[in-house]
Amino acid sequence: MSASTLDVPTTTRRSFGNAVGLTCRACGARQELGPFYACIECFGPLEVRYDFPTITREQIEAGPKSIWRYQPLLPVPADIAAIPNTDPGFTRLVKADNLARELGIKTLWVKDDSGNPTHSFKDRVVAVALSAARELGKTVLACPSTGNLANAVAAAAARAGIRSVVFIPENLERPKVITTAVYGGTLVAVRGNYDDVNKLASEIAGEEEDWAFVNVNVRPYYAEGSKTLAYETAEQLGWRLPEQVVIPVASGSQLTKVDKGFTELGELGLVEPTPYRIFGAQATGCSPVAQAFRDGHDVVRPVKPDTIAKSLAIGNPADGPYVLDTCRRTGGAVEDVSDDEVRDGIQLLARTEGIFAETAGGVTIATLKKLLETGQLDPDAETVVFNTGDGLKTLDAVADRVGPAATIDPSYPDFVAADLA
Amino acid sequence: MSVSVRIPTILRTYTKGDSEVSVEGDTVASVIDALESDYPGIKARVVDETGALRRFVNVYVGTEDIRFADGLDTAIPAGQQVSIIPAVAGGAV
Repeated sequence: MSASTLDVPTTTRRSFGNAVGLTCRACGARQELGPFYACIECFGPLEVRYDFPTITREQIEAGPKSIWRYQPLLPVPADIAAIPNTDPGFTRLVKADNLARELGIKTLWVKDDSGNPTHSFKDRVVAVALSAARELGKTVLACPSTGNLANAVAAAAARAGIRSVVFIPENLERPKVITTAVYGGTLVAVRGNYDDVNKLASEIAGEEEDWAFVNVNVRPYYAEGSKTLAYETAEQLGWRLPEQVVIPVASGSQLTKVDKGFTELGELGLVEPTPYRIFGAQATGCSPVAQAFRDGHDVVRPVKPDTIAKSLAIGNPADGPYVLDTCRRTGGAVEDVSDDEVRDGIQLLARTEGIFAETAGGVTIATLKKLLETGQLDPDAETVVFNTGDGLKTLDAVADRVGPAATIDPSYPDFVAADLA
Repeated sequence: MSVSVRIPTILRTYTKGDSEVSVEGDTVASVIDALESDYPGIKARVVDETGALRRFVNVYVGTEDIRFADGLDTAIPAGQQVSIIPAVAGGAV
């Protein structure tokens, strides 16, 4: 397959909107905008820094019904909405009254990101990473992935007309393999778990200069896409912040960026800067952050994952320490739930609200339930939980728990005999 | 024993751009000391002032993260490569 350039015919455009630089989250050292992801001083993670002009609600509301309505708050050029991409975002915020009643919580919403183009929140981050790759003159879009990111990268590259190379653990759920391969990019199955795949991708990123690994060498830009979950939630609530949110944790990037998004909205005067509590959700079979939270540690000890929630199965979470900081600072917590509770969570959400979540969503719902039962979450406070992906991708998780109530012949007497009326 | 070490982009200023170097050593600690003697300044980027591995650095012997083995005391079997990789990369949600 030949590589074409990412819509950069002659010169690199390097337009990052209102972003002005990168800052190390560990030591505060500053770097220019570029294909950098680790601090040259301490290896710490880099974060995009902005110089925001005045931004109004009206300006945002007049924008497209996608994440690009928040273009001034992202490291993307002003004309981003006009460039071919998957236009993710502005997914539904579902008022979950049935689930709220069942769990004994007063006000509950589900931010349902299964409605994105490839059915997970990853379309948000990939769209921003694709833009960064384009601005930096990269010619190949790549990633290590547990599945959802693989889908999003393959689809975004197809839409942009460029090459994608996606690396996945060989034991991934079959639907996630098919829904990546169908877009026609290069799909590489690696013998190992996600952390092994990630290590390989990091090494390749150091050698292949034209490759943009969305979650490695353009990671600071990629991560900014998650802020749009916070912006949309606040806008859909009528421009205010929820009091509590529950967010699944794999690397922890999404959780920390939702916090960044809420903070920015307050600082820009787009919402009243009211307090909020952020809770993290993990599966017990891969819960290094929850464990560190319980133990009162500031560092996260890596683990070898063993859980059905493969999209959260990251044993060495890059943003783990920042998740601990965020949850402690906001008065939240990090909890974990067993694989059986994950299955229960998937079925509970489906049965009460008609939303079929993937295993990560099951983790989040089960954690919400556990946080309520243990008194960590306030049942009287307005709460939003994030469903990051579609249950059709992880059918096996509940396949042996559900099925027809009966198998009958197409005759009325048979129906009566089955006692289904 | 000669050990091949993969150097991340961020440290290649010390190795004059080389992405892979060979040094003598039989544990990760001795390899890091050997790196320091051949490429002065590199050690302080990998370990902190107390001698512990820096928070955002991962070191692998073959495919094994040394944090799962014996840390800096991890022995290096013959023929295995040592890789130094920034820890901030990757991660899904």
